[in-house]
Amino acid sequence: MKFPRHILSRAATMARTVLAGAALAAALSTGAAAKPLLVEKPELTFGFIKLTDMAPLAVAYELHYFEDEGLYVKLEPQANWKVLLDRVIDGELDGAHMLAGQPLGATIGYGTKGDVITAFSMDLNGNGITVSNEVWKMMKQHVPMGPDGKPVHPIKADALKPVIEAFKQSGKRFKMGMVFPVSTHNYELRYWLAAGGINPGYYAPNDISGQIQADAFLSVTPPPQMPATLEAGTINGYCVGEPWNQQAVIKGIGVPVVTDYEIWKNNPEKVFGVTREWAEKYPNTHLAVIKALIRAAIWLDEHDNANRKQAVAMLAKPEYVGADAKVIANSMTGTFEYEKGDKRAVPDFNVFFRYYATYPYYSDAIWYLTQMRRWGQIAEAKPDKWYLETAKKVYRPDIYMKAAKLLIEEGKAKKEDFPWGTDGFKPPQKEFIDGIVYDGRKPNAYLDKFPIGLKDDQRVAGGKVVSK
Amino acid sequence: MSTTFAPSTVPEGNVPPARLPVRERLHGLINRADGFLGVLGLGWLTPLARLAAGDSPRHQVKELWRQLGVPLAAIVVFLLAWSALAPKVETSLGTIPGPVEVWHQAGALWQAHKDERAEEAAFYERQRERNAALKAAYPGTRITIHDYTGKSTYIDQIWTSLQTVFMGFLLATVIAVPLGIASGLSRTVNAAINPIVQIFKPVSPLAWLPIVTMVVSALYVSEDPMFSKSFVNSAITVTLCSLWPTLINTALGVASIDKDLLNVGRVLQLSWTRKVFKLVLPSSLPLIFTGLRLSLGVGWMVLIAAEMLAQNPGLGKFVWDEFQNGSSESLARIMVAVFTIGIIGFLLDRVMLALQSAVTFSGTR
Repeated sequence: MKFPRHILSRAATMARTVLAGAALAAALSTGAAAKPLLVEKPELTFGFIKLTDMAPLAVAYELHYFEDEGLYVKLEPQANWKVLLDRVIDGELDGAHMLAGQPLGATIGYGTKGDVITAFSMDLNGNGITVSNEVWKMMKQHVPMGPDGKPVHPIKADALKPVIEAFKQSGKRFKMGMVFPVSTHNYELRYWLAAGGINPGYYAPNDISGQIQADAFLSVTPPPQMPATLEAGTINGYCVGEPWNQQAVIKGIGVPVVTDYEIWKNNPEKVFGVTREWAEKYPNTHLAVIKALIRAAIWLDEHDNANRKQAVAMLAKPEYVGADAKVIANSMTGTFEYEKGDKRAVPDFNVFFRYYATYPYYSDAIWYLTQMRRWGQIAEAKPDKWYLETAKKVYRPDIYMKAAKLLIEEGKAKKEDFPWGTDGFKPPQKEFIDGIVYDGRKPNAYLDKFPIGLKDDQRVAGGKVVSK
Repeated sequence: MSTTFAPSTVPEGNVPPARLPVRERLHGLINRADGFLGVLGLGWLTPLARLAAGDSPRHQVKELWRQLGVPLAAIVVFLLAWSALAPKVETSLGTIPGPVEVWHQAGALWQAHKDERAEEAAFYERQRERNAALKAAYPGTRITIHDYTGKSTYIDQIWTSLQTVFMGFLLATVIAVPLGIASGLSRTVNAAINPIVQIFKPVSPLAWLPIVTMVVSALYVSEDPMFSKSFVNSAITVTLCSLWPTLINTALGVASIDKDLLNVGRVLQLSWTRKVFKLVLPSSLPLIFTGLRLSLGVGWMVLIAAEMLAQNPGLGKFVWDEFQNGSSESLARIMVAVFTIGIIGFLLDRVMLALQSAVTFSGTR
């Protein structure tokens, strides 16, 4: 009797998975060291966007951490975030460097729908908001100056408000670029603008431009094209990850005014996303990938960022970020240059491992969901319970901790570097630019605190915010 | 353009009589080679050879100057103008690179290629060790050798581009030549095809590519595809843009066959296939090859744009990636690519020209 080939091969995969699972269980229980995981799929292709926070992927490749796990990984830059997400969902890519909002957005069906999960947070912070030279000139007169004659940071959007008024009066739109509708950049930029009393505009089910009632008009531009788009005058400012803010300083086409570290101290940034189907089909492969990424993150932060210079040299290669090493080094080595010559120390500008940066916290996921609700991407009110359930569907600390355990057994990581016994919620966080406290357990109460933004049963209809 | 050997210019007493036939043979050889060398762009070798063979120096030096000196001088002037003007243009990526920077980047790309090959060897060595360890840990597992995962180098990218353009060109030829023959032989077919050709001929590759991408995504599905989608997209775009010159020239070549020839065929009651292969094809070959040469030129030009958009890992993607990277070396690297594209395009054209003249000579019976 002849079986169709695909059934046979599936059976073989299943058998291998079971075998590997048994081997894994044995390894876990005896604590026997250094028996490599049997990965189901050794040849993988991961996508990334040319940004410095793809570093864990580059490091895991260059230092052969992937190979140590028996993984043969190809890293492929993608044109933009939409292409990247679509290619992960349709299986062309095994996984990718993603915006934290992407797995959440895909799961709740905002944008391309697909079950995407993450078991690894790639970094904290790392973004900035840059405005054009023209806007900075108008803005600067409203920025408080310190005794050294330099602007006092953080610069609030209050200083931008008069500029936007001036634009309005001359009949022009004030336009800003961000990288994707569910990007951290979109929410950070909105947060900063709204904290200064500027309405960044709402989304509605029938109008996904996100510009309803807007004072500042936000639109999508892929990260590497931000400087060129600003230079061309199509936008007046943007929010993007590194090196594209420092690129603007060095090219002399714009001035970064605020980093996301100042908007929300140690905010979660990128995640490593795969589809749920993929993770279920290749559990050992997924574990092996997370192991390699954790090792890369440890390397990036160990000994007080001692390896960052070497990391910069890797990222400057044309196949990764490809910008000049000195541009990448500006932010990666713990400094940030605002106005040309105004270089300040921001040691935590890029955090890859310390502060449990790689652990996928439910509270981080819920923050992004609250912002989706705040700006109308989630059109209807949801109970607190829904927020937690959605976070649990997408964020998978269970897989992360399994990988951590294996690394500790192999002697490649230290036990105290992982948050054992956490319930997935960070304690209420106070360090936002507007001083509003965030508690992930009470998302609706949090939404109520914002002067600008949807709350309770509000929704956007007919270009207006209405209560039900 | 060639001057024939004049025996009277050589004083007879200086030459032993036995050498004369050798020298004549030599000149005959040079004269024959001249046409061939001209096709290859090496026409300047002829005066050199003549000089070596003892021909009138003044005349040959003049010829040499025209064929070799003038082009070289023009190149030198171009390089000088380039290096003088380039530093004056300030872009946000620094000034436009001059010839020296571009030369350095060409060297750097070659070095990167060599480094990558060394890294590849190390990769397989590591893999061998790892596989041995895996085998020791799990006896009975099947060990597979995994391909190198590193990036493709500049040389690899040139190679990919060449493969892509030939794939597209081949497809175009397979479609265009039979169609051209059909429309050359039958005025009805010609009338049917003509409006479609006229409309599609001027369409840019950038307009075709989105349609091609969608169609390929829908139809080209397999678990383990032989070619990557980006390759197929680029190749088909090349096909769509490059088939027209071949089609039109083939049709023209076939339509303009001597009617007497066809009449002879009719008298001999040749079958249709014999007519096509014995009469039509041989006599229209020169024009078919003219079309093919034009097609390959168009294909190569179109390919770069197609690769940029389809992200096929060839020269087009190289240019796009460097543009996106925006490092201070990017412009110089892009210029290396510009020269590479130009030189390869020139070489392809010469190869086609050589083929064309080969069939043209044998075609004039």
